[in-house]
Amino acid sequence: MITVNHYLVVSAILFSLGTFGVLTRRNAIVIFMCIELMLNAVNLTFIALSNHLGNMDGQVFVFFVMTVAAAEAAVGLALMISFFRNRESIEVDDISLLKW
Amino acid sequence: MQVLFFYLVAFVAVASGLLVVTCKSPVNSALALVNTFFCLAIFYVMLHAPFMAAIQIMVYAGAIMVLILFVIMLLNLGVETMKKTTHTVWGIVAGSLVMMLTFFFIKRGQPANISGPITNEVVESVGHTQLIGKHIFVDFLLPFEITSILLLVAIVGAVILAKKEV
Amino acid sequence: MQDYSLLWLIPFFPLVGSIINGLFGKKIRNEALIGTIGTAAIGASFVVSCTYFFKLLGDAEKIHETTIFGAMGSGTWMNVGQLQIDWGFLLDPLSALMIMVVTGVGSLIHLYSIGYMHGEEGFYRFFSYLNLFCFSMLMLVLGNNAMVMFIGWEGVGLCSYLLIGYYFEKKSAGDAAKKAFVVNRVGDFGFLIGLFLLFWSLGQKGVRTIRFTEIAANAHLLENGGTIVTIVTLCFFLGATGKSAQIPLYTWLPDAMEGPTPVSALIHAATMVTAGVYMIGRMNGLFAMAPDTMMVIAIVGAATAIFAASIGLAQNDIKRVLAYSTVSQLGYMFLAMGVGAFTAGIFHLMTHAFFKACLFLGSGSVIHGMHHAYHHAHLHDDPQDMRNMGGLRKKMPITFITFLVSTIAIAGIPGFSGFFSKDEILWWSFGSTRGGWILWVVGAIAAGMTAFYMFRLVFMTFFGEQKTDPRAKDHIPESGLTITIPLMVLGALAVIGGYIGVPAILGGANHIHHFLEPVFGQAQKLHAIEAHGSHATEYGLMGISVGIAVIGIFGAWFMYVKNPEMPKQLVAKFKWLHTAIFNKWFVDELYDAMFVNATKRAGRICWKGFDLPIIDGIVNGVGWLVRGFSAALRYTQSGQIHSYAMAMVIGAVIIVAAYVL
Repeated sequence: MITVNHYLVVSAILFSLGTFGVLTRRNAIVIFMCIELMLNAVNLTFIALSNHLGNMDGQVFVFFVMTVAAAEAAVGLALMISFFRNRESIEVDDISLLKW
Repeated sequence: MQVLFFYLVAFVAVASGLLVVTCKSPVNSALALVNTFFCLAIFYVMLHAPFMAAIQIMVYAGAIMVLILFVIMLLNLGVETMKKTTHTVWGIVAGSLVMMLTFFFIKRGQPANISGPITNEVVESVGHTQLIGKHIFVDFLLPFEITSILLLVAIVGAVILAKKEV
Repeated sequence: MQDYSLLWLIPFFPLVGSIINGLFGKKIRNEALIGTIGTAAIGASFVVSCTYFFKLLGDAEKIHETTIFGAMGSGTWMNVGQLQIDWGFLLDPLSALMIMVVTGVGSLIHLYSIGYMHGEEGFYRFFSYLNLFCFSMLMLVLGNNAMVMFIGWEGVGLCSYLLIGYYFEKKSAGDAAKKAFVVNRVGDFGFLIGLFLLFWSLGQKGVRTIRFTEIAANAHLLENGGTIVTIVTLCFFLGATGKSAQIPLYTWLPDAMEGPTPVSALIHAATMVTAGVYMIGRMNGLFAMAPDTMMVIAIVGAATAIFAASIGLAQNDIKRVLAYSTVSQLGYMFLAMGVGAFTAGIFHLMTHAFFKACLFLGSGSVIHGMHHAYHHAHLHDDPQDMRNMGGLRKKMPITFITFLVSTIAIAGIPGFSGFFSKDEILWWSFGSTRGGWILWVVGAIAAGMTAFYMFRLVFMTFFGEQKTDPRAKDHIPESGLTITIPLMVLGALAVIGGYIGVPAILGGANHIHHFLEPVFGQAQKLHAIEAHGSHATEYGLMGISVGIAVIGIFGAWFMYVKNPEMPKQLVAKFKWLHTAIFNKWFVDELYDAMFVNATKRAGRICWKGFDLPIIDGIVNGVGWLVRGFSAALRYTQSGQIHSYAMAMVIGAVIIVAAYVL
């Protein structure tokens, strides 16, 4: 029998993987993809719990998360293009304007 | 049988996730991510949410990932970029901290045993799309409309950012 | 009751002139315009002063107080506890006379400066300072309370510093300016302490005021001749010695000759250095109550008179001779104040302003000509050294005549202004109830010395054969009109200025005495200060002092015209005396050894022993500590997004964990 905990564990693993990727990768697009991975891990949690609790709200939330992800993709990728145009690179190290 | 299938899909999902994080080439990462999305769609089906599975594939694997791949191609990112990761050790520490925390949550927090009105039977009989549509357009109408504004803003922002000269 | 509410206009005009020239002078660049603005400012002030002076002459009421907004009580400057200080002005015969001198002589010197400072770098700066000086001096003179006076008192000190250091690129000028400022500060310290003590002691009697009229009215509350009043007046007198260059604080004035000559004439001869005399005159009611202080003042004055005169005997720099002469004449004024001859002191102040300003301006004219000649011949000789002059009377007739007239005046020859004022001082020092025959003897000898060295100066400069370098001697011109007009006016004043104070026994009306009566009469009457003696004595003393002066003149003529070799023989004979006099009795060296070096040593000890290890140690220690911490913390601020994101994630985990666990 597959319990909700199974899904949650998978979701937790994927979320941690995404976190690790965001923190360590240098390529901005890969970081972006890792964020998507994290979002999806959360989506899985939402849907698993929604199913478990017999409630539709979680799934509506997932719907919104997807919208946000789509918006984020549009803006984020535009940012990357404009950044690449200026620096010939999308390495995060090259954007470190905070470092003097 | 079902459990076995679950473990198989779960294994594929985690392995693809690992590939997303570790692949040298962004294209490989992207393909692994698509793989993960598919696995998640399968999970959604197993969780009696076929509509979510459909839009997972359509929106994520179809739209967003294509967009990402498109940008990767457009920028012509080679594999020959220098080091692919940085702060690896600290990243592992932070990642495992997060995992430990979430595991702790799962282990300690027992999901409530309430059963709401939307049981699997209801979903089967009424239809998932109809149910979710009713929720969005009745209970969550205002957030839904606000979402449309968010998307509009995102479109305008993307156009402005990506334009060569503002 | 006449209206005196516009008194504030008198210091206001020079202030405006100073601001205009100071702020925009560099942009204006036109010397004529700058000079006109400066001169017009003080000239306007002179016109207003004249108006009020004559108004006061015709007014029965002689003492008037106003504030900048007219009525008394408005125009408050500060209101502290029970003490209210106004921006108040006081017009009485004393200040009326002073504003006439300051604005009159000031206007002439401004006019003179247009010609004298022609082509100097920072022409506008000079006029701005000069106007600022006039403003401060007028505040000093017109202030109706000690604080307003103190503003002027400090202001003239500042302007003196700025103007002595006018050629600041010259080290000697900068040093002289600093010296003047520091020495003046010593005096100012005395002034302030005196002021505080006075306020405190009057406050003990329930009178909280620093207004001069009220001080004068309430001075009798203090114990007559008591310790308090003696200390207060001694402190004020210390202030006066600093400002007016008396022993022991006179050393700055001769060095102050580093400034341009008009400055020496205006500040270091005619006006600022007389501030001390004026201040004592202004507080005569207080000083009259302290006979001990009066005696100290008289002795210091007499000593300064003879001491400075002796130094003047052997100086070769034309301006230095005049500087020592000024110190000596100021000594006379203090002598007068000390023996209670307030009127005579102020009278001498006025005549001295005329003839000494004329002398300084004349010397400036000579220096100007010499400088021009040397410049023409491309020589670098000292244009102020009298040994290079001689025979200038034919080259510069106007300068010569005015200079000669003023010299006769200062020597005290009957008929000229200096005679009347000096003789009155000498008479009072002999016959006053607070005088004594020793003071008279010292004064008379100093008068003889004065006559001697002043004529020595005239003979060395204008008579004899020309000792200027042959290449330059034919290029000494007479100065232009802007220079000679003030000379002629001041020369004329040096002659006739004395006739407002012709003493009674010479058949005069002694106008100035009656004019100043409302200021000085009360204190003199109260403390029975008067000069008494038979007419025969007075005539006799007058004759003796004139005789001494004539002997001095004759001696100078004998030594410097008849037998030009004689000074050298005398020098050879009395070498030690000459060395001592020539080096100003080594007072500067003594002060250096006693005070300057001791202060420097103390400063060094504080610096090396306290400042460096402890103060700097604390400051640097804090710095090092912070730097150490920052060096450690710096690694957290790598500027890399990854590190920040990492920190954020770990922080978030910790916070959530803290909630859960």
